[in-house]
Amino acid sequence: MSITVKNIYKRFSNFNALNDVSLEFPTGKLVALLGPSGCGKTTLLRIIAGLEQADRGEIWLEGVNASKLHVRERQIGFMFQHYALFQHMNVFDNIAFGLRMKPRHQRSSESVIVKRVNELLELVQLANLAQRYPAQLSGGQRQRIALARALAINPRVLLLDEPFGALDAQVRKDLRRWLRQLHDELHITSIFVTHDQEEALEVADQIVLMHKGQVEQMGSPLEVFTQPATPFAYNFLGTVNRFEGTWQQGHLHSAGDGVHLPHQTLPAGIAEGDSVIAFARPHEVRVVPSCEQLAPHGIKAKIARILAFGPTARIELVRTHEHSSQPEYYEANIPTHEIQQLQLYEGQAVKVQPTRLQVFAA
Amino acid sequence: MATAKTFRVLPGFGLTLGYTLVYLSLIVLIPLAAVFIKATSLSFADFWQTVTDPQVVSSYRVTFLTSLAAAAINVIFGLLLAWSLVRYEFWGKRVVDALIDLPFALPTAVAGITLSALYAKNGWIGSLLAPLGIKVAFTPLGILVALTFIGLPFVVRTIQPVLQELSLEFEEAATTLGANRWQASRYVVLPALLPAIITGFTLAFARAVGEYGSVVFIAGNIPMVSEITPLLIITRLEQFDVAGATAIAVVMLVVSFILLLVINVLQHWASSQGSRLKEGKAA
Amino acid sequence: MSAADTIKVYHSAERYEKNPATREPRWVKYTILSMALGFFGLFLLLPLFAVFTEALRKGFSVYVAAITHPDTLSAIRLTLLASFIALPLNIVFGVAAAWCISKFNFRGKQLLITLIDLPFSVSPVVAGLMYVLVFGIHGWFGSWLADHGIKVIFAVPSIILATTFVTFPFVARELIPLMEAQGTDAEEAAISLGATGWQTFWHVTLPNIKWGLLYGAILCNARAMGEFGAVSVVSGHLRGQTTTLPLHVEILYNEYQFAAAFAVASLLALLALVTLALKLYAERHLS
Repeated sequence: MSITVKNIYKRFSNFNALNDVSLEFPTGKLVALLGPSGCGKTTLLRIIAGLEQADRGEIWLEGVNASKLHVRERQIGFMFQHYALFQHMNVFDNIAFGLRMKPRHQRSSESVIVKRVNELLELVQLANLAQRYPAQLSGGQRQRIALARALAINPRVLLLDEPFGALDAQVRKDLRRWLRQLHDELHITSIFVTHDQEEALEVADQIVLMHKGQVEQMGSPLEVFTQPATPFAYNFLGTVNRFEGTWQQGHLHSAGDGVHLPHQTLPAGIAEGDSVIAFARPHEVRVVPSCEQLAPHGIKAKIARILAFGPTARIELVRTHEHSSQPEYYEANIPTHEIQQLQLYEGQAVKVQPTRLQVFAA
Repeated sequence: MATAKTFRVLPGFGLTLGYTLVYLSLIVLIPLAAVFIKATSLSFADFWQTVTDPQVVSSYRVTFLTSLAAAAINVIFGLLLAWSLVRYEFWGKRVVDALIDLPFALPTAVAGITLSALYAKNGWIGSLLAPLGIKVAFTPLGILVALTFIGLPFVVRTIQPVLQELSLEFEEAATTLGANRWQASRYVVLPALLPAIITGFTLAFARAVGEYGSVVFIAGNIPMVSEITPLLIITRLEQFDVAGATAIAVVMLVVSFILLLVINVLQHWASSQGSRLKEGKAA
Repeated sequence: MSAADTIKVYHSAERYEKNPATREPRWVKYTILSMALGFFGLFLLLPLFAVFTEALRKGFSVYVAAITHPDTLSAIRLTLLASFIALPLNIVFGVAAAWCISKFNFRGKQLLITLIDLPFSVSPVVAGLMYVLVFGIHGWFGSWLADHGIKVIFAVPSIILATTFVTFPFVARELIPLMEAQGTDAEEAAISLGATGWQTFWHVTLPNIKWGLLYGAILCNARAMGEFGAVSVVSGHLRGQTTTLPLHVEILYNEYQFAAAFAVASLLALLALVTLALKLYAERHLS
């Protein structure tokens, strides 16, 4: 079951929620719509579901234009952020709801419904809670029931709005793993919305990174993390060090400091002398004591704090240069034993040397 | 009123809005319009003469003054009652809490005859006041008693939920900063309750201005002394002076509309104020 | 005053009395309590007792005679009739209005809410007058109605109309804040699971609002049965024909049949007590 989104625009009274979004969701995959709040990800999900209508653009399900189809007829399973379980019905009746609401000639007999609901309860491993009411369940249990209810109607696609948003940190981790396993069992094309990059990276097959109503990047978690396509993508996914300056003769010149990278490839479109923004992950940064023979180049900084727990140490640094109006902070992850080797200590003057830089035009 | 064609997932918007508007028009808007249209059949001079007739003006005075006084009494005792119900444990609290709404539930005519029996000079209370030379029944004081009865729940039920939801942290903070109990109540709690107090006052006042049933029995209805404006409308009608009744009704309606507007603004204020002071939001 | 506003979370006042920041000296507590409860006793409790005392003053047989008098029975019938018509009308309206206001966005919504509240701020006497101006002999439809031999004013229809007007907002104003607070998630979930509009309303919305609906209906009914001013204007006070219970109380009182008047009044006071009890019951379920 593939989902195709074609040139979707959606405007709310005074802001553009979605601005020309086109996407292809592959069959059987679990895709994360990732982005900060207000980026339009939930709006897109609701438009795919038919709970919202786009101003322009089309939604195609399985090669059929579904834009004009009512939610009721789209046969999608939608899980709401706060689950929207019917408070006055017990778990069993909640799951059976979709089956019982069908027009009489399509409706299964009650015994078939009971069988199906019990299967679903088994699937979500909550068979013993069939007679409970939503108010008597924990957050994680509610989520599973909401999922079972959505699955009851044999949905063609499963849409999940912030599925872990309402849960505690610990429950969250367990349910992430569980959801991933469930998807591997069922292989229903699924899309879930999240603002948590870790969640997206961990659970999804594909990530769609959204920003200000547009798609910034789509790719596998590895692609999105290691090859961010835009400065926004770099900033949003994981911790990152950011350097501003100009590009001259294969060097980044930043306020008196120079960074030299021997094997740096320049992206197309950047010419000699252009202003650029460059990014390096904490593990792509070296920290060396600030003496000339060890560190002929690099960004001058001071060690603010060393957090040496476990095999990898985290070093927090503050840039030191004369004409800085705002302090700039960096973070470096280095093997803990190197701290001893280099004799690093808090308050020390050092140089920050990126080992790899992703360069974008400013 | 309805809008450009927009997409709605849930059905029934057109049906329910249409029904609402038709029913509202039939029961409320058209009959109300009738009052204003009827009033235009009077010349302005006649209209003015009717509504400024000394007897009518005197009824405005009686109505407004007694309503204001009743609302003021209700603010004082309503605040004490709300405070008691929220802040103290005492025997019979649940019953007191439930009976606060009695004036909402008790038909006004019943309240009227009962109060006038109690405050008549041979009644339980009237007989105690008579030796002191205080006459309540058949004087403006009687009107005041009836209007106080009617208005009490408005004040209590506006203040009580706000006090209930007011975060304890404000008073705790005031105390850690060295305020004594009186200072914390006066400078922290009271300002937080003020929107509710003013709203409750206005609701009680608005209700009192239009009140009829509970008042007529105890007021004595002496022209220029204890005659309220709603009664004058009925008197005019009974004299087949429909135009006169309508003119006075227009004045009352205009006052009602102004009060409704004021109440709307106040409630908006109170709710925006209140939501910032609630439990768990004391950031 | 909607149920949503007045629902009390019964956390005990102990949390204030035990907390050093809000604990008050005993004399303060007892001064405030005695003033508050004194006022309560004088203005609410005493009148309630007085109704029943006055009703039984001349003995139980007079009481029974007053209540079983044909005029009283006919007043009971008319009161029930007016309420049984006004109540369903206003319930259907309340649900419809709350549905369109709470589940959808449209321009003029705030104005609509204000207009729905309008009958609360109109004096009952003016409400009665309105219908006289529309249906009275000299009113808009007066001569047409007279030609067709239909009596509205000083007859049962106008009593029903006036009752409907004064009880108009009760159900709607309970349901609007309740349904707004509930949002549209549950309904959207039902629709996404394939339910039709009616199925969604019956199986999802109605169970969620039933206690609010009951609460509004109870208040609506109490007011409908107890309304005096508006009904008084349009009734014509024809004994045994166009008198509701409150009007019958007035007639008896004005004829100096005090015991009888209070006997009938005690029925209405009982109704008020039942109303308060039911209201409390509905509130429990709402919270």
